[in-house]
This record gives sequence, C-alpha cells and structure tokens, in this order.
Amino acid sequence: MSEGWLALIQQALSLLFSLDPDVWSIVSVSFSVSLAALAITLIPSMILGFVLAFARFPGRWFATNLVQTTQSIPTVVIGLLVYLMLTRMGPLGDLKWLFTQKGMILGQMMICAPVLIAMSQAAFTSVDKRAWETSRTLGASWLRSVWLVCRELKVPLLMAIVAAFSRILTEVGCSMMVGGNIAGVTRNIPTAIALETSKGDFAQAIALGLVLLILALVLNFTLGTLRGRAEPRSL
Amino acid sequence: MLKLKSILSLAIVASALTLTSAQAEEIIKLATTTSTENSGLLKHLLPKFEQESGYKVQVIATGTGKALKLARQGDVDVVMTHAPAAEAKFVNEGYGMMPRGIMENDFVILGPKNDPAKIRSSKTAEEAFAKIADSGVGFVSRGDNSGTNMKELIIWKGAKVEPTFNGYRAVGQGMGKTLLMANELQAYTLSDRGTFVAYKAKLDLAVDYDGGKTLANPYQIMLINPEKYPDLNHKGAKALSDWLIGNEAQGMINSYTVQGEQLFKATYSE
Repeated sequence: MSEGWLALIQQALSLLFSLDPDVWSIVSVSFSVSLAALAITLIPSMILGFVLAFARFPGRWFATNLVQTTQSIPTVVIGLLVYLMLTRMGPLGDLKWLFTQKGMILGQMMICAPVLIAMSQAAFTSVDKRAWETSRTLGASWLRSVWLVCRELKVPLLMAIVAAFSRILTEVGCSMMVGGNIAGVTRNIPTAIALETSKGDFAQAIALGLVLLILALVLNFTLGTLRGRAEPRSL
Repeated sequence: MLKLKSILSLAIVASALTLTSAQAEEIIKLATTTSTENSGLLKHLLPKFEQESGYKVQVIATGTGKALKLARQGDVDVVMTHAPAAEAKFVNEGYGMMPRGIMENDFVILGPKNDPAKIRSSKTAEEAFAKIADSGVGFVSRGDNSGTNMKELIIWKGAKVEPTFNGYRAVGQGMGKTLLMANELQAYTLSDRGTFVAYKAKLDLAVDYDGGKTLANPYQIMLINPEKYPDLNHKGAKALSDWLIGNEAQGMINSYTVQGEQLFKATYSE
C-alpha cells in the first residue's frame, strides 16, 4: 500500500465530519429509498404474517414454506426479475421506472417482504393463544385484540423490522441492477462502496462503510436493550 | 455425515492440487481496461502467447484509473491502458517503463437512431457535445475514472460545457453496462468502438458522430519499474510486451473482427 492505513482512515473521518456533500447525498439516497420500501411493505406483511400464524385455510402450509424459500433468494436474482419487468421491452416498461428511485424501492420491497412476513409469523405463532382468546371473549374488537397481541410481541416484531431494514440497506445486487448507480439519484451506500473500490479510491468507501457499521451497532444495541427488558436475564 | 466428510476432504485435496499446478507454470498479472476484455480481443490473443511462452496470463479488467493504480501499488506485473495523459504521468513519476503503443481504435458518440440533438452535422466532437448539452436529451457518462471517462471530460472541457447539466448521468459502471443504460434511457453516450460493436445486436442506438483527431484512442502497454517492486514477474511482463509488438501479434490484432468489423488497428512502429 502506497497510502498508509492511518492516512486513509483520517481522510474517511474528515469526509464524514466535514459533511462532504457527496457522501451525505449517498447516505440520504440509501435511507430514503430503504425507509420508503420498508414503510410500504410493513403493514401488509405483518397482516400476512398474522393471517399465516392464526388462520387455518387450505394451502397454509404451502404458503408458509413459499415465504421461507423466498427469504433466501439472492438479491441479484430479485434485481434481475425487477430489471426484466421494468426494461423497455418488459411488461412494465411504460412506467419508465428503470434506473430511478421508484424502481429501487420496488426491488427492495420484494427483498424485505419475505423477511417481514416470515419473522412476524414466527412471532405471532409463539404468542400465548389465550391472550388473544381472552381479549376476544371480553368483548374487545378484533382490531383492539390484534393491537394487544402486537404489544405483547413488541420485541420480536421490532427484531423483524430491524432484520428486514438491515437487509435492504446493505444489499448491493438489486440496487446496482435496477438503480444503475447514477450519481446523486440512485447511488446509495453499497453501490457507492462498490464503485469507489473499483476506482481504487478507498477513503470514501471507508467513510460510507463506517456509516453502515455505526448504524448496525446502534440498531443492535437498541434491540439488545429491548430484549434485556423483555426477558429477565437468567443467572 | 461420513459422506459429507469425504466430500469435504476431496474438495480440499482437489483445491490443493489446482493450487500447486497453478504455481508450476509462471503467472503474469495483467491489469487492463474493460474495453479490451469486453471486445474479446484478449481471448483472441492471449492463448497463443501462453502456448508459445509457457506463461499463464491472469487478466484484471477495470477502468484505466484503477489499472494504473494497481500498477503503482505493485499489485500486478504489467499494465495496458488507453489514456495518454495519465500514462505519461505514470512513466514520468518513475513507476512505469518502456511504454509501447501497440494498437488503437476510436471513440464514437452514440445516441438514439433519430438523432434528436442533431449532432450528425457537427464539425467536431466538441460541437456535438455542446449540442447534446443544449438539447436536453440526456447523456450517460461512465463516471468511473476509466480512459473513456477521462476522454469524455476532456471533450466537455473543449466544448466549454460543465457536465452538470440537467440530463447528465454519471453511472460509475463499465462500458457494457453503460451502453445498456444509455439504450434504456435513449440518451447519448461516448463509447469505444470495440465495445459498441460487441454489443450492437442488443442496442437500439446508432453512431451519431465519429472520426476526427479528438476521438482517436491509442493503447499502450507499460512495464513496471523493478527498482520500485523487485519481486514482480518482470521477465514475464517483458516477454508479453515483446510478443505484442511482434509481427504475429500485430497481424492478429489487425485480423480480429467482431460481426465483420475490424475493431483495433495495430500501430507499433520501431
């Protein structure tokens, strides 16, 4: 290495703390796209998870396994599917969403929905059924009872949200394919890191990596605290 | 369980074997640009060299900027790029040695087939660029410090246009991907002719402007200074450089065609 490690880290930190406009535009693209995708998918996915956990209907077993399977599809494959849908020749070509943030949001929705559904289903399955039945027999409305169960499950549901969010915030395959890494428009943290590394400019890549790292730490520690409060630690 | 173990141990043995056999023949690491790789020229030339010399060439294809950086850091044995200004700097600063121009192709300005910015009548590449900026049709830039990207920025400078206008998109991708994006967006872009011909069948784009001195694109191969990095494969690097300027390789470069078009012109002269 011709550049010392320390010099690189120093450059990276100065980029972050001098609020370098390029770096922060990249960070804001990442967050606005991923938060939008999460916000749109959150409620429908939770409802589906709830239905899969509590309802009994033919094909439930199949649906559950399907969701489990889609969780493990590589993001590049989802990227490819969305790309083919949005390309000029594709069925949704008229939308002109390819290489726009809308397209990226669509791709990320498809990535985070299975995670949300599967994890919320697992959470709802684990809850004591009696809580639900009691509140129903006491005459609480259906919605109120759902709310009650959700409050009971605060921690596992939050874990589902954090897991889904971190998956879409850090995935590179789908964002690169569908977004196209356009500077200032669809360039997010992972695609920028990939680009800077391929150019051999490591300072910005490290700065962006640090943002992800700090975020992961904050999220995990928050979860840890929540979990610690929810279940008394056994000695 | 036992089965899994035996499969694993087999895999380990197999990988160990391939490692040792790879070390048995000497490796040359060549850093070069995506254009030589995407166009298929290297696949056409290198097997012949490997067969004659016994060396094995490992190609690392990136943009010119990164290729020169790899060479600067001593991560590769030899480098072949196409950005005269950056190459001169690389040699003058004592990292590169014995630069040899081995071939050239040219850049073309691609755009929608109906040429909405009317650049076909332009006198120079700069004029064509200025028209694109004024038209609002859109321009897709590699934006990755590659030789093509450097050339594009030089043309913007010559045209006295800041490449920040509405519709200018820097995408930070290789040439092939950039062409596909320009095609999807039906925008203009600057490409080397080689990659364009290789992708032609997939594209709904046409050469809207070409020719002239500005768009010439010469390739050089350079050795790396042994005083800086004594432990690289300098012998192999020299052998590859010598072979590429020989009659046989120069003839092979001229005879390489894709879809009936010659992509590169051999240019080495003593």
